[in-house]
Amino acid sequence: MIGIEHYVVVSSIMFVLGVLGIFLNRKNVIIILMAIELILLSVNLNLVAFSAFLHDLVGQVFAMFVLTVAAGEAAIGLAILVIYFRGRGTIAVDDVNRMKG
Amino acid sequence: MELVRSLLIVAPEEVLSISGLLLLLVAAWGGDKAARTISILSVAALTVCAILVAPALCGGAMGPDTEAFGGQYKADAFSAFAKLLVYAGAGVTLIVAPAFFDRVRAMRAEFPLLVLFAALGMGMMVSAGDLLTLYIGLELNSLASYVLAAFLRTDDRSAESGLKYFVLGSLASGILLFGMSLTYGFTGTTSFEGIRLALSGSLSTGATFGIVFVLAGLAFKISAAPFHMWTPDVYEGAPTPVTTFFATAPKAAALALLMRVSLEAFGSQPGAWQQIVIFASLLSIVIGALGAIGQANIKRLMAYSSINNVGFMLIGLAAATPKGASAMLVYLAIYVAMSIAGFVAILLLRDENGDAVEAISDLAGLSKTRPMLALALAAVMFSLAGIPPLFGFWGKFVVFQAAVQANLVALAAIGIAASVIGAFYYLKVVKVMYFDEAADRVKGEIDLAHGVLLAASALFISPLGYLLTKWIGTLADNAATALFHVA
Repeated sequence: MIGIEHYVVVSSIMFVLGVLGIFLNRKNVIIILMAIELILLSVNLNLVAFSAFLHDLVGQVFAMFVLTVAAGEAAIGLAILVIYFRGRGTIAVDDVNRMKG
Repeated sequence: MELVRSLLIVAPEEVLSISGLLLLLVAAWGGDKAARTISILSVAALTVCAILVAPALCGGAMGPDTEAFGGQYKADAFSAFAKLLVYAGAGVTLIVAPAFFDRVRAMRAEFPLLVLFAALGMGMMVSAGDLLTLYIGLELNSLASYVLAAFLRTDDRSAESGLKYFVLGSLASGILLFGMSLTYGFTGTTSFEGIRLALSGSLSTGATFGIVFVLAGLAFKISAAPFHMWTPDVYEGAPTPVTTFFATAPKAAALALLMRVSLEAFGSQPGAWQQIVIFASLLSIVIGALGAIGQANIKRLMAYSSINNVGFMLIGLAAATPKGASAMLVYLAIYVAMSIAGFVAILLLRDENGDAVEAISDLAGLSKTRPMLALALAAVMFSLAGIPPLFGFWGKFVVFQAAVQANLVALAAIGIAASVIGAFYYLKVVKVMYFDEAADRVKGEIDLAHGVLLAASALFISPLGYLLTKWIGTLADNAATALFHVA
């Protein structure tokens, strides 16, 4: 029988992978965008699992809102990335270093 | 009837969203030529909203009469206090922006609209009575802010700051959301009052994790250490009017939101978050003070100064008393005024080509070439350092007083010691302006709008501000009482 704890464990693993994906990745900003999506998906999994477990619809409504906002966030992230690429000609994470200190 | 009542309560948000959408049409029709008109109309919309929320603050509104949509939105005195600060910050940004962007021929019609929608999001944040309202408001503000940071498309630094702000801001939202999902799972509700009731017994491990993640996510948004690393880069890279915005409106909104979440939703378990707030507060004060010492860019200096000041404000939250909340709001109001004065002065630092002068060494001898500007900047620096008789001292004083009354004597003592260390770098700027050989880099003229804004905010933080202490104190007490009303 798969219980609520299994869902929480899976979503926690996805969340940690997403956070590690942001900090350990040294190659490409696109991977960071993917990691952010992974974090939001882990939250959605959590919300839907809790919603089913609690027999309460609020979690699923919340998940819908998170999905919508995630789409907007990805659009804005890619737009900023395009502007950045036009100016610098690279999207490698190590090159994002014009300001330091 | 319930719907009509709710719609009347959310009037400020309706004014902002409807005027934002209409002005979007004007922008589509008129193009960038209409940017100035749209800016003026946006300031008018913000003024209308400020007039709409002011009665709630003066009358100390609280309780069920202020709740709309089943408690998801609260138009109490606390939200009104925060909203007035938010509208002030947004309004000042809109007033100073056209001149700045016109110089680089980058004034676009979207700029005032983004500020307006960010203000709408912040209004929802501070009025939130439910995790869902909180999230939507926060994202509306954040998404607009990411675009604003990257607004100067031709400048590499602006795009880079937008990218950094986006990545770290999204991570913060993700952490916050994860915490909210855990809180929902272990309390079974998303409303602040429901969470408060569900947590009133013993605290489960899952709910503790939820509280920690939510606070970590919010610490990102207020740029408290150890989640402050984006602040200096974003403050330096973003166009200066946008930095003015970041230092005032979102800062006030996020701090108000943090107060609402910790004192209202998690208010029945202060022990669970007080330690975290004390830790973040001390670390912010120390990192803000030490990090600023080697800085050569005045916008970066202001960034570290904001980290430092957030640390002092968190002392008021750590007290977890109405007195502490009220002190924190007083500090917040004074901080917003100091930031406005500081950044308007920084906007006026330009060389003969109209380019921004940001290096602190270029301010040498400013007192001889631009005595009034140097005086205003010196007042800001002394006030940020909390040196009496300037008004910045009053904010620190009330916060420390509240901490001592809540038996946090050690925290207050460390805070006072750290503020002495912090005074070093503020005084360094004053020393460069007043005692160094004149570099004579600053040439720009002061126009009427900037002059009036600078004079008004500088007078507010000058010793004359003490005439207002009683008035601000009463308003902050109203707001804090409304925040603690449920308890």
